[in-house]
Parts: sequence; C-alpha cells; structure tokens
Amino acid sequence: MKYSIASLVSGLIFGLGLIVSGMANPEKVLGFLDIAGLWDPSLAFVMGGAIIVGVGAFAVARRRTLSFLGFNIKIPGHTHIDKRLVFGGLLFGIGWGIAGFCPGPGLVALGAGETKAAIFAVSMVAGMAVFELIERSRAKS
Amino acid sequence: MIDIAWSQFTPWSALIGGILIGLAAASFLLLNGRIAGISGILGGLLTPLRGDIAWRVAFILGLIGAPAVWFLFADLPAINIEANVPSLIIAGLLVGVGTRYGSGCTSGHGVCGLSRLSVRSLVATLCFMGSGFVTVFVMRHVIGG
Repeated sequence: MKYSIASLVSGLIFGLGLIVSGMANPEKVLGFLDIAGLWDPSLAFVMGGAIIVGVGAFAVARRRTLSFLGFNIKIPGHTHIDKRLVFGGLLFGIGWGIAGFCPGPGLVALGAGETKAAIFAVSMVAGMAVFELIERSRAKS
Repeated sequence: MIDIAWSQFTPWSALIGGILIGLAAASFLLLNGRIAGISGILGGLLTPLRGDIAWRVAFILGLIGAPAVWFLFADLPAINIEANVPSLIIAGLLVGVGTRYGSGCTSGHGVCGLSRLSVRSLVATLCFMGSGFVTVFVMRHVIGG
C-alpha cells in the first residue's frame, strides 16, 4: 500500500514538473528539436534541473541496499550497448519528432483532456503491445 | 549559426519544472527503490504479474491526474498539438515500440540514466535526441520548407 502511495505521489510530482516546465506542450518540445529554426533551449534546462537533483539522489541510493520505506533498491546493472538499444532509441526519436510527445508528456496532456493526446497515448500503448507480440513470437521460434 | 527563440525561451520555469521532475525521480528511487522510467512502468502493465500492477497504475494515475491537481490552484498552461491524427497515430506507435526496444525513454534513460552516469543510457539518449532533431529538420525544413 505505501509502495503504491509513494508511486502515486512520485507520478503526480513528475506530472506537475512537466506542466511547470512547459514540456507537456508539444509545441515547446518541438521548439527544442528544431535546431535549424528559431531554437528554444528550454528542454535542456529541464533536463539539467532534473539531473542536478537526480545525481544527488543516486549518490544516496548507491550507499544503501534498502530504500527509506524498506524496499530493495533496484538500479539496473546493464551496461551492454546493442542493436536493440540503438534501434529502439532511433525509432522512439522519430516518433518524438513527429508529434513532440514522449510518454510522460503524452499522459499528462491526456489528463488535461486533450483528445489528440488521447489518440497519441492509445497508439503508444498499441505500439508497446506490438513489441510484446513480436517478443513473444520470437521466443516461440 | 543557431538562432535562439528568445520570446519562447523560459529558462526559469524550465529549471524549476526540471527540479520537480528530479525530485519525483528521487522520491521514487529513495522511497520505492526504483527507476522512474515512464515507458517501462506503463509497458509493464501489458504483461501483468501478480503484485506488480497496483504501483504501476498508481504512478500513471499520478501523471494523468497532475493537470487536475494543477487546475485546483491555477489555469493550465496552453497545450498546442500541431500534429494531425494520422501523424499522432504513427508517432504513438513509434514511441511505443521504440521505447520498449530501447528499454527506456526521456525519463528512464534521459533523466535517471544520465543522473547515474550510465554510458548505456547516454548512448540511448543521443540516439533518440539525434533522431528527434533529424525528424523535425526533415519535417519542417525539407518536406515543409
């Protein structure tokens, strides 16, 4: 129960951060991705602000095996760089560039009642389902 | 030769919003011991495991509920979605498939991965940022220009 409450609060703060930063608005994200046009560097400041806090948090987490609520700390140990990582990242970037939405802002804009964000979010979940189907058929063959 | 859009550039709200995002990732990490990777949290719901569902739903509900909480105190800032419906569908499919193949998105690889100085996440971030830049360039200045 407290695990889910901490998740809810984290998700909520994350969403509020996306709204404050302007990143729930795809127009602003595309303004960052459009380097050849009039460039809006705001997204870099969002990443910078988040990473400053994040570095501190991971420094604390690395010294602990249990979280402050007593759960195991699961930091991914993968270091391999493979085709899946690169190919997946490239595909994601194309989608991000087309609409200006990545997963978090898509969900926040959906919560703001934007019909177009709902279309994006449903398509994104469908894309994730396609991935699971491909993985499953690969595992069988 | 980069022209800055000074009228759109919002360094302070970007920084403050970024710090809030960092605090969200920090609280998730330090309370629940997990990486706040939104594509992974959402994608995990498609292959649900017992005891692994409620917290995922809670996180997603927090995100989706953020505008409503915001609206209790202030008007929501504008959200302008230029893309048309077919583009949104294609974009959504690509984001869905791509984030799952690449094991992460802007939050998991971008914010959390870079915060823990992961080279793997740096490579992923360079890939999606790079292809995002190229995609917008092609759409706005090659096809649209």
